[in-house]
Amino acid sequence: MSTFWSLWISVIVLATVIGCWWLLWATRRSQPTDKETDRTTGHSFDGIEEYDNPLPKWWFHLFSATCVFSLIYLALYPGLGNFEGLLGWTQEKQWQEEVQQAEARYGELYAKYGDIPIPELAKNEDARKMGQRLFSNNCAVCHGSAARGAVGFPNLTDDAWIWGGSPERIVETIHQGRVNQMPAKGLMPNMSNNQVEAVVNYVLSFSGREKDKALAEQGQQVFMQACAGCHGQDAKGNTMVGAPNLTDDDWLYGSTYDWIKETVTYGRQNRMPAQENRLSEDQIHILAAYVYGLSHRNQ
Amino acid sequence: MKHEVVEKNIGLMALLIVLVISGGFLVEIVPLFFLKEVNEPVAGLEPLTPLEMEGRDIYIREGCHVCHTQMIRPFRAETERYGHYSVAGEFVYEHPFLWGSKRTGPDLARVGGRYSDAWHRVHLNNPRDVVPESNMPAFPWLFETKLDADGITAKLKAFQTFGVPYTDEEIAAAPDQIRGKYEIEALVAYLQQLGTVISTRR
Repeated sequence: MSTFWSLWISVIVLATVIGCWWLLWATRRSQPTDKETDRTTGHSFDGIEEYDNPLPKWWFHLFSATCVFSLIYLALYPGLGNFEGLLGWTQEKQWQEEVQQAEARYGELYAKYGDIPIPELAKNEDARKMGQRLFSNNCAVCHGSAARGAVGFPNLTDDAWIWGGSPERIVETIHQGRVNQMPAKGLMPNMSNNQVEAVVNYVLSFSGREKDKALAEQGQQVFMQACAGCHGQDAKGNTMVGAPNLTDDDWLYGSTYDWIKETVTYGRQNRMPAQENRLSEDQIHILAAYVYGLSHRNQ
Repeated sequence: MKHEVVEKNIGLMALLIVLVISGGFLVEIVPLFFLKEVNEPVAGLEPLTPLEMEGRDIYIREGCHVCHTQMIRPFRAETERYGHYSVAGEFVYEHPFLWGSKRTGPDLARVGGRYSDAWHRVHLNNPRDVVPESNMPAFPWLFETKLDADGITAKLKAFQTFGVPYTDEEIAAAPDQIRGKYEIEALVAYLQQLGTVISTRR
């Protein structure tokens, strides 16, 4: 703040406080007495008259006290332009103190689990409860409060892992997030409609649900060209590139003929945001253990 | 001074009243017009793209600001959940700002990048599809209505007169950038940039 505005603020604020007090004092002084009397202002309306008494003393002193309070406040806290106040208080400092206190208090709670390996930590009841809180605050909006997911958002309670379910991979996923990009028609942008139908039938044939056996056989060739690059020749997926296994009964975007056709035709794009800026190392460790535990409940 | 003098001179009384009630204005508001901290953008702040600007208008039209704030206060409870507290320099291109005053839903000041585009689309189409406990209304018509591409020129010009640094070329090119796009694309683009200029935490 420039010196001009600093002075501007200081002068007006102090002038206002002093002005208030002067007004109080001057009006009191203009009264002939400071006691309560029967004297009236001399106005009379339909016989109703108006007393002319000074402010009661307690009231006067209360007003004076507010003026004194404001001066003390302005001395202690920043209120007069660039003057920082004797306490040196700022809202940033107060926030920083709050954060430091919280970190000193909660940091330990998180840190004591830092050295326990994730599979072991997943069985720790206290850590599980902390993990659940972290999950509710940071993950549940997409994966659901029961971690069962939704269309397009993976279920974390089953054994199907798009990016791998090992402790290390879960930690990596939470840290960096994941970007999933299935291109429309896979690696074969000029796939004909017939070929789309064929490959959908082929994919359905893994679970014996193909509509047309002949078409499914044709689809194998298309699959090898358009899909096998990521999903693998055996269609079992590849957790290194986030390509789901197509031979199990876990479907991120729906398992029916129409859903799969839509997936092949238009592709699928989604992204898990990185959490490393939102959560500390120790928090991620506990969270990963909670997520790991969701699909390893009985071990 | 006698009360009578003030009470019997309406002109003097009016003057004194104006003086008294302008005290707060002169001290708390007038200096803000001239302070660097509130008039200079934070490093890296860019004016909204035409698509994001349309999204902002949809945000206003649908009344998002009635239930969502865009202002993170410097308390730990808020910064823990929403990210770095808001600073004045983030809002210098906002006319008017959309801080809001009531949180039925969460604060959105730093929602940008927090969820995927796909999540926003599912969520705006029907919030219950991803958050069963949600009481947010659904906005399915955003997926059916296209933007009014020619309306953007006047909007950007208005912001130009407020001092937002749009060049004339940018304004001329704006309608073609958003022509044929759906409202949902604009709103998601707007949401995804919210608060992304300041993102450091931990």
